[in-house]
Amino acid sequence: MYDYITRHPILEFKRGKKVKFHFEDTELEGYENQPIAAALHAAGIKVLSFSDKYNRPRGFFCAVGKCSSCLMEVNGRPNVMVCMEPLRAGMRVKRQKGRGKSR
Amino acid sequence: MTGSRYEMPDKKSEICVIGGGPAGLEAAIAAKELGAQVLIIDDNPILGGQLIKQTHKFFGSKAHYCGVRGVDIGTVLNEKAAALGVEVVNNATVVGYYDNDTLGILRDDTFSAVRAERYIFATGASENMLAFDNADLPGVYGAGAVQTMMNVYGVVPGRRALVVGSGNIGLIVPYQLLQAGVEVAAIVEIMNKVGGYYVHAAKIKRAGVPIYLKHTVTEVQGKESVEAAVISQVGDDYTCLMGTEKTIECDMILIAIGLSPLCDLLHQAGCRIDYIPELGGHVPYHDKNMRTSRSNIFVCGDLACIEEASTAMLEGRIAGARAYESLHGRKSRAAEIARQAQKELDIIRTSPFEERIVYGKKKFFPGQVPEAKS
Repeated sequence: MYDYITRHPILEFKRGKKVKFHFEDTELEGYENQPIAAALHAAGIKVLSFSDKYNRPRGFFCAVGKCSSCLMEVNGRPNVMVCMEPLRAGMRVKRQKGRGKSR
Repeated sequence: MTGSRYEMPDKKSEICVIGGGPAGLEAAIAAKELGAQVLIIDDNPILGGQLIKQTHKFFGSKAHYCGVRGVDIGTVLNEKAAALGVEVVNNATVVGYYDNDTLGILRDDTFSAVRAERYIFATGASENMLAFDNADLPGVYGAGAVQTMMNVYGVVPGRRALVVGSGNIGLIVPYQLLQAGVEVAAIVEIMNKVGGYYVHAAKIKRAGVPIYLKHTVTEVQGKESVEAAVISQVGDDYTCLMGTEKTIECDMILIAIGLSPLCDLLHQAGCRIDYIPELGGHVPYHDKNMRTSRSNIFVCGDLACIEEASTAMLEGRIAGARAYESLHGRKSRAAEIARQAQKELDIIRTSPFEERIVYGKKKFFPGQVPEAKS
C-alpha cells in the first residue's frame, strides 16, 4: 500500500528507520526524518488541507518550503509546513481547515 | 508562534552566506579559501540546494563538472566546504533582515540573531504557478516538487503525468519520471518551439512522449485530486482555439513554466530591486562584482537571475571573492578567482540560450542597453 520507488537506474535511496504515526484517525507507517508530506503521499494521501473560504482540497505545490500550500496541523499545532517538517514516531497529523487553530 | 523562545546569542561572522545551493556553496568556498571566516545558513538538513535532486549529467567543460550528475556535484561541494571548515547552520530559516544589518533566524522553534560584516544572498528561486480551472487541486505540482519527492525521497509521485512547459526542467523531469517507472502522457508548450536544449527534447521524444507545441492546459478535472486535464491549441495571439480541446487522462500536472527569484529579504534590506523579465522578474540590482546597491550585500545564483547551476556556481565564486576583497582590500588571489570565474561565465554566455540573460543584465545599467530585442 505504500508507494516507494524500489528499483532505480541511477539512485539508491537511504531511508530512516520505520516509524508509526497518526493521520486523522488512522495509523500509518513512514520513515523517520522524511518530510511528513512524503510519508503521506507514499500512503496515497494527497489532500493535506481545506481552503479557508471555499473549503477546497489542497495539496503541496513546491515541496521545498517556499509556497505554504502544504500547511497541516501537527501535534495540535497549526500551519506546519509538512513538505519540510521531518517525520517522528507517534506524530499526530491532521488536515488543516482554513487558517487553523492552536490546540 | 506558540512555544517559541526568543534568544539573542548573536552569532557573529565575517561573511554570512544565505542559502547553501550551488551558488552559495561556491561563494562560501571561495571566501573561505581566501581566509575569511564564513557561515552558511540553509533551511534544509543537507546543503546542495536543488543539486540534490538532479540526476542528469551536466554539460560544458571539465571545470563546470561536465558529465557529472548534479547530485554528485552537490556531494563534491559539500565535502569541499566541510574540509575547509565552513561553518554551517542547517534546518534554519532566515526570517528577516533587521536594523543594524542583523539577520533573524528560526531554527527548531528558537529565534536567534546573526550579524556579519558581509552578506552573500543565494536564496535561489521559487516555481511559478499557472492559472487555469481547478489549478488548486492536489496533484497540480511544481515540476521541481515532483523531482524532489521522487529523486530525494524515493516516493512514486503518481501514475501518469502531464507536463506544462518545455524548458530544460520541463524536458528533464519527465525523463526522470520514466526512469522511476511513471508514465508521461505528454508535454505541452505554448510557444511554437521547444524551450530547452535540443538533446533533452530528442531524448524524451525517442522515449515516445509527444510534445504538443502551441498548446496549453485550460482545465483540470477531478474530485479530490487530479483525474484528467483538458489541453487546447492556441492561436497566434495565444488564446485557446475553440474545438481543439483534448482530454488527457493523468493524475498529476507538472508545472514547468519558469521560476521567480526569492528576493523578499533583499526588499526588506532596502536593496534596489528592478523588474527585468529576461532575468526572471523582480531581481536585485548588482554590478559585475555581484554587489547590490547596499555595499555590504552581495548576491549570486538564481536570485540574481534565473539561469543554470553551472553559471550559479561561477557567480558564487565571484561573489565570494569580491566580498572577501571588500573586507580585506585588493588581493591578487581574490582578483584571480573572480577573473577566472568571469572568463568562464563569459564563455558560457556566448550560447544563443544565454542571449536573453546577457541582454537582461545590461538593463541594470541603462546606458548600456542595446536596441530592444525582438
